[in-house]
Amino acid sequence: MLSNSSMRTPLARVRGLGSAKSGTGHFWLQRVTAVANVLLTLAFLCVVISLIGKPYAAAVATLANPLVAILMLLFVISGAVHMRLGMQVIIEDYIHSEGLKILAVMANTFFAIAVGAACAFALLKLSFGG
Amino acid sequence: MAEFNLPQNSRLTEGKAWPKPAGAKKVTEFKVYRWNPDDTANPRTDTYYVDREDCGPMVLDALIWIKNKVDPTLTFRRSCREGICGSCAMNMDGKNGLACTTGIDECGSKGKVAIYPLPHMPVVKDLVPDLTRFYAQHASIEPWLKTTTPAPEKEWSQAKDDREKLDGLYECILCACCSTSCPSYWWNGDRYLGPAALLQAYRWLIDSRDEATGERLDDLEDPFRLYRCHTIMNCANACPKGLNPAKAIAEVKKMMVARQV
Repeated sequence: MLSNSSMRTPLARVRGLGSAKSGTGHFWLQRVTAVANVLLTLAFLCVVISLIGKPYAAAVATLANPLVAILMLLFVISGAVHMRLGMQVIIEDYIHSEGLKILAVMANTFFAIAVGAACAFALLKLSFGG
Repeated sequence: MAEFNLPQNSRLTEGKAWPKPAGAKKVTEFKVYRWNPDDTANPRTDTYYVDREDCGPMVLDALIWIKNKVDPTLTFRRSCREGICGSCAMNMDGKNGLACTTGIDECGSKGKVAIYPLPHMPVVKDLVPDLTRFYAQHASIEPWLKTTTPAPEKEWSQAKDDREKLDGLYECILCACCSTSCPSYWWNGDRYLGPAALLQAYRWLIDSRDEATGERLDDLEDPFRLYRCHTIMNCANACPKGLNPAKAIAEVKKMMVARQV
């Protein structure tokens, strides 16, 4: 990493390693998944409410409907992507030790993929017959 | 991690209580941050009592009154005393602003007026913050007209409605009230440019005469330089000129998306 010595000019320190020329993709995807989550969460809530007090077989039957299964799968994917992006921003905001930050950003990606994959697997298992 | 506790040598202590002015009828108590680089003492808050009948209505009037009549060592910046130079930016009653345009009566929410330097900046002395990095950030956005087309014989022409797009942007006096009120700037001020520099960046991005819009956007497109703004809005709340840096930053983000989507 660049030196932060007080002998470097203030402008050199502000310019640092230069612009990453990225970040808009991250920003835009966070907005897209946010909009998707509004609609998909409503669908998710409808499914959950319709299944309140119902037995396991009813849940399997509901998720056997391709439309419901696909909506729930999209909910899981959009939610996991959004969660990963949001948590990454929080890590970058508050963790300033470079090594720890890289580890945390990596662990965050692993966590989001693991949670997303587990949910998707459970969903598909149910929708294909439990 | 972001530090939520001040380092040991920065912790505030209770300072000196200066005597009340003799015979004064209306007195206001001021708690003022003091720190002297020439001794090894921790920063402290001194208590001053200002005779309001002998003093103007603004916080700057009170500071000048204290410096003239009570304690000549009290150090602060001031120049124009009418809100155009930006020198006397400080934190009064928990809010950033210009001491010359903030009334003493506006900031007595706790019965006394607490005065600190702009938050989260290195302190030079007392109420004087070190704004070196802040100015370098402004310089880094290259705040001047950039053109490739040879300069015209007279001035660069600009339509009236294009000129109006600069309103609400050109008025910035670089007092640093906004940037130093921004938590994102507190935590990541070494990489995030902050609201003041980004408002100025937008001022040049939206200038119809400028020919370097793309390069300017390239330089800003960065997870830290631009995208550390989380629309907290402290900047708009703090600006003593009533400008809205958060809106300018949102416009820059819209330009970023517009050239990709």
